[in-house]
Amino acid sequence: MNAQRALLHPAAKPLLFVLCLLPFAQLLGGAVAGTLGANPAEALIRSTGDWTLRLLCLTLAVTPVRHATGWHGLARFRRLLGLFTFFYGVLHLLCYAWFDMGFYLDDIARDIAKRPFILVGFAALVLMLPLAATSFNRAIKALGAARWQALHRAVYAVAGLALLHFFWMRSGKNDYAEVAVYALIVGMLLGARAWRAWRRRTAAAQPA
Amino acid sequence: LPGTPSKVPGALTMEKLTAYQDVTTYNNFYEFGTDKADPARRAGSLKTRPWTVVVEGEVRKPGTYDIETLLKLASMEERIYRLRCVEGWSMVIPWVGYSLNELIRRVEPTGNAKYVEFHTLADKAQMPGLNSRVLLWPYVEGLRLDEAMHPLTLLAFGLYGEVLPNQNGAPLRLVVPWKYGFKSGKSIVKIRFTDKQPNTAWNVSAPHEYGFYSNVNPTVDHPRWSQATERRIGEDGLFTRKRPTLMFNGYEAQVGQLYAGMDLKKFY
Repeated sequence: MNAQRALLHPAAKPLLFVLCLLPFAQLLGGAVAGTLGANPAEALIRSTGDWTLRLLCLTLAVTPVRHATGWHGLARFRRLLGLFTFFYGVLHLLCYAWFDMGFYLDDIARDIAKRPFILVGFAALVLMLPLAATSFNRAIKALGAARWQALHRAVYAVAGLALLHFFWMRSGKNDYAEVAVYALIVGMLLGARAWRAWRRRTAAAQPA
Repeated sequence: LPGTPSKVPGALTMEKLTAYQDVTTYNNFYEFGTDKADPARRAGSLKTRPWTVVVEGEVRKPGTYDIETLLKLASMEERIYRLRCVEGWSMVIPWVGYSLNELIRRVEPTGNAKYVEFHTLADKAQMPGLNSRVLLWPYVEGLRLDEAMHPLTLLAFGLYGEVLPNQNGAPLRLVVPWKYGFKSGKSIVKIRFTDKQPNTAWNVSAPHEYGFYSNVNPTVDHPRWSQATERRIGEDGLFTRKRPTLMFNGYEAQVGQLYAGMDLKKFY
């Protein structure tokens, strides 16, 4: 199959790596060139948040799409996408801490404690930390596949917290259209997994 | 649209003006979309002539005023005001217009008039953003009558010496410099005098977040962000610490007495 062969091509992974870096390069270029509009700080904070959500959706899509299409080569990209989700999440936090709060740590700590929407976003990022830290092969071996998988199910909680963060932020302006799109995508991806798990369980429960 | 420098106390801040480009491309005008670039891109569809403003309610002289009449009603003044958005950014804008009280005096409010309501145009044919359900349309804002009568409350027809660009609320808008920007209704088609506090657009959609008064106040935070500081658009760079927000946006000397004895945490 052609799609399979393309996915397994040695250049596929470096290509994806470069693609994932493009938004970062574009934002960095825009910040240096001064082309991010009247409020570059807001543009940087929002764009890095948007890209975190988009990459999270792509990461969550890998397994359901692999199951639906049989393109098992996709599995090679999951770790890369997950790590880039973390990368943009960290950038998002850095942009907020730097451009909005001037890196004043007590101000940031007070702000995180005081504002539930920031607290929830922060919790999502903290929760991603152990996933990113155990993403390399030796960690998988050290933990054992079952425990590693159980730990990495935390990505569902990350997705929920990230959506809540976005929803809460937009509720200030009553503007839920974009939130709904992301919620629908995440809902469908999680639904596909739940559906598959349920079918396997009922199939296993059938007498042979 | 020429205007002579205003003599109203506080009407001419000496601060550096925000660039025309930023003033006219970074706008909140949800009738044209929720993105701040939307109004400049999409407000070309707004037709500002012919244009009339209905004045009704508790006034002895209700009526329909043509924009040409309103342009000649009083002499045009230039006023340089700070604008503080509830989102935490600010600008300094040279407006052209006259005190709203020039119009109010001519329509003679009755003894029952306690509040003034301002209605923005709501025409789907001209305003693509009305298809969204972010707010109830038309956009309604309101002031207490004494706030509306304050000489700093401006009926603006222009900025930077020219006629208002559509995205900034053409052909006429309100500017209340000591309140968050959303209190200043754009593209006004109706002014109604009432005895009851108006149900204003943001107060209706999110009452716990946006009060009727919405005076700029660094000590009363928005539920999801602090109002203690602000970023001056075009001036405060990425690495500049945000500047402190001033009580009543720096107009405390002029307007503080309007709120004497009021608990501003309760009447936010």
